[in-house]
Amino acid sequence: MDILRFITAGSVDDGKSTLIGRLLYDSKSIMIDQLEAIEKQTRNREEGDIDLALLTDGLRAEREQGITIDVAYKYFSTPKRKFIIADAPGHIQYTRNMVTGASNANLIIILIDARHGVIEQTRRHSIIASLLNIPHVVVAVNKMDMVDYSQDIYNNIVIDYAAVAASLGLPQVTYIPISALHGDNIVDRSERLSWYEGETLLNLLENVEIQNDTDLQHARFPVQYVIRPQTDLLHDYRGYAGKLISGIYQKGDQVTILPSGLQTTISRIEVGGREVEEAFAPQSVVLHLADNVDVSRGDVIVASHDLPNISQELDVLLCWMGNKPLTEGNRYLLQINSRQVKSIVKEIRYKLDVNSLQQEVSSGTVGLNEVVRATIKTASPVAYDAYKDLRVNGGAILIDETSHVTVGACMIQ
Amino acid sequence: MSKYHLDHLEQLESEAIHIMREVAGQFEKPALLFSGGKDSITLVHLALKAFRPGKFPFPLVHIDTGHNFQEALDFRDALAEKTGEKLIVRYVEDTIRQQNLAEPKGKFASRNALQTFTLLDTIQEFGFDACIGGARRDEEKARAKERIFSVRDEFGQWDPKLQRPELWNTYNGRIHKGENVRVFPISNWTELDIWNYIRRENIELPSIYFAHDREVLEHEGQLVALSAFIQREETDKISTRRVRYRTVGDMTCTAAVESTATTIDAIISEIIATKTSERGETRIDDKVSEAAMEDRKKSGYF
Repeated sequence: MDILRFITAGSVDDGKSTLIGRLLYDSKSIMIDQLEAIEKQTRNREEGDIDLALLTDGLRAEREQGITIDVAYKYFSTPKRKFIIADAPGHIQYTRNMVTGASNANLIIILIDARHGVIEQTRRHSIIASLLNIPHVVVAVNKMDMVDYSQDIYNNIVIDYAAVAASLGLPQVTYIPISALHGDNIVDRSERLSWYEGETLLNLLENVEIQNDTDLQHARFPVQYVIRPQTDLLHDYRGYAGKLISGIYQKGDQVTILPSGLQTTISRIEVGGREVEEAFAPQSVVLHLADNVDVSRGDVIVASHDLPNISQELDVLLCWMGNKPLTEGNRYLLQINSRQVKSIVKEIRYKLDVNSLQQEVSSGTVGLNEVVRATIKTASPVAYDAYKDLRVNGGAILIDETSHVTVGACMIQ
Repeated sequence: MSKYHLDHLEQLESEAIHIMREVAGQFEKPALLFSGGKDSITLVHLALKAFRPGKFPFPLVHIDTGHNFQEALDFRDALAEKTGEKLIVRYVEDTIRQQNLAEPKGKFASRNALQTFTLLDTIQEFGFDACIGGARRDEEKARAKERIFSVRDEFGQWDPKLQRPELWNTYNGRIHKGENVRVFPISNWTELDIWNYIRRENIELPSIYFAHDREVLEHEGQLVALSAFIQREETDKISTRRVRYRTVGDMTCTAAVESTATTIDAIISEIIATKTSERGETRIDDKVSEAAMEDRKKSGYF
C-alpha cells in the first residue's frame, strides 16, 4: 500500500465539501458517531437530507459562515492505497492556504460546476496547479444531475478546459463527469452517465501511477542534524541525519558538500539504526563520510557527478502570502529545506495575472496572493534545482525576520 | 513494484523522523510531551530511530493529572529507564494548590482542562520553545486543520485564522521569545496506521490496551472504570466486563470498550470492524459541544 496525497480545488458552491464527504461516506470511512453529529447539525439548520459538506468544516467560523477558511486534512484508505486529502479553500482570499495544501499534492481535483463551465476560478486553480507543478490533474465536472447528465455539455467543458491546460502546459489531464450529491461516478459507476467510458473517481485515484513522482535520479541530501554521541564507546561517531529528498545513495558513492564544494565518499549508511548498503528517497537516514570534512545543518550532500545549481542570485516565481505588501528591496530570510540564508528581493520583473496568466507590468509592490517573477539575491550561495525539474529541491519560502511569519513561496526557475 | 519503494507506513515513519530532526535542528530547548498513550509511545519509538546512537535532544515531559491509570504511569517510568532518557513530571495537583484553582465538579470531574495550566507553567519553567506532541489529524476536526509546526503565543493560544503557510516539507520554526511551537510529527497517521506500525515494529504497550477484566460503571452507553476519582451513586450500574482501552487518558474521561482482543492482531481486526471513531467511543469530554477541541486548543491545550 502506498500514499496518494491529493487536493480538491473548488468553492463550496462547486460541491467540493460534498465531494469529499461523498468519498469518505461511500468508502465507509465515516463512523456512526461522526454521522450522528452531522445529522444533528443538519437538523439544527433545518435542512432536509444530511449535509455531507459538514464532515469537512472544522472550525466554528467555517460552520457559521458555510465557507472553508483553511486547509483541512482528511484520511481514508482502500485496500490499494492510503489517501490524504487536503481540503483547501477555493476563494482568492485564501490562496495562501490553498498553496499550502497544493505544495505536497501528487494530484489535484479541479471541480467545475457543469452549469457554469470553465470560469475565472477554474483558471486560477489551474494556475496554482501549474505553478506548484502538481504531477496529476483530474477535472471533475460536477453537478451533472443539474444538466440532465448531458454528454454535450460535458464535452464542451472538456474542450474549453483543454485550451486552459494547453496554455498552462499542464501535463496529462483526466476528465470525469460526476454528481457528488448523488454519488454518480464517485465510487460506483453511474447508469445515468453510461456514455462515459472511463473509470470512477475512486478507481482513478486508486490506480493513477505515482511512483515516478519521487525522483530517483538526482541524489540530494539536506543535512538536518549532526549526531555525535560523544560517549567512550562511540567517541568517533559522527553521523549526518537527514532525509534523502531525491535519488539513491550507495556506500562508496562520491559526494560533494554544498555550498563548500568539499568532496568525499559515503562510508556508511544507516536507516533506523540499521546499517544498509544503499538508501533511496524519501528515506530518513544517517550518512557517514570517509573524510573529516566540515558539514553542518543547512548543507546539502549531493552526488559529485550530478551537481545542482549553486548561486547567490535566484530567478523565482514568487507567490506572495504576507499581509503586508512586498516592495522591491525588502529583506527576508530565505529557507530551502534545512538551509536559511538572508536575502533581498532585488527586482520584481513582472506580475502574473492569476486569472488570465498574462504578464503585467509590476508597480514595484506586491500584495497578498499576487504572483510575480522576481530576482532574489542571497547572502551566501544556495544549492538548488529548477522547481519544474526537481520539486523537492526547487521550492523555498521567505520568512519575515521581524514577525517570523512565512510570507512568500518561491518556485526557483 | 521497484525495490526503491516505501510503503505507506515507511513513508509516514520517514516523514515523522524528518519532522523530529527539524525540531532538533531548529530549536534550543525542545521537549517531547509524553502521556503514556500509544501515540506518544510511538513518538518515543520514532525518536529512537531519529537520534540513536545519540541521546534525544529533548526530555520527555509528562503532565500528570493525578487521575492516570497506574498501568500507564508504571509503563512511563519503565520506558524512561529502558531508554535512559530524561523524564520530567509536573503535577496538576501542584498547580491547583499553588494557583488556587477550582477543582472541577460533577460525577466524572475531569482535570483535563486544568492540564493546560500545568503545561504552560512547565513550558515557562524550563523555557521550552518547542513541544512535540502525538496529536493526529484524523482524531478530531479542529486537529484536522492544524499545521505540523503550530505556533502558540505566550499564553499557549492557537489562532486558527492566523496559521502560517506551511509548504512542501519546509518547516518555519522561528518564533519570538516567550512563544512556542507545538510540533505534530504523526499528524498524517490514522489510528489504524498507528496500530499497524506498532505491530510491524513490535512496540510494547501498557497492559490496559489489551482485553482484561475490569469493574466498570455504565454511563450513557459508555463504560467508565471504577476509581477513587469518580463519584459513585447508589443507582449506578456496576459490573465486571472484559474490556480494553482504545485511548489512554484520564480515568475520569476515558471510556473502555468491550473486547476480547489480547493481541495486536486481534485489536487491529476490531478496529477495522468498528463503526465508531476513536474519540467518539472513548472520550467523554469531547461530547460537550461541537467545538470542544477547538476551544481547548485556542486556550493552550496540546
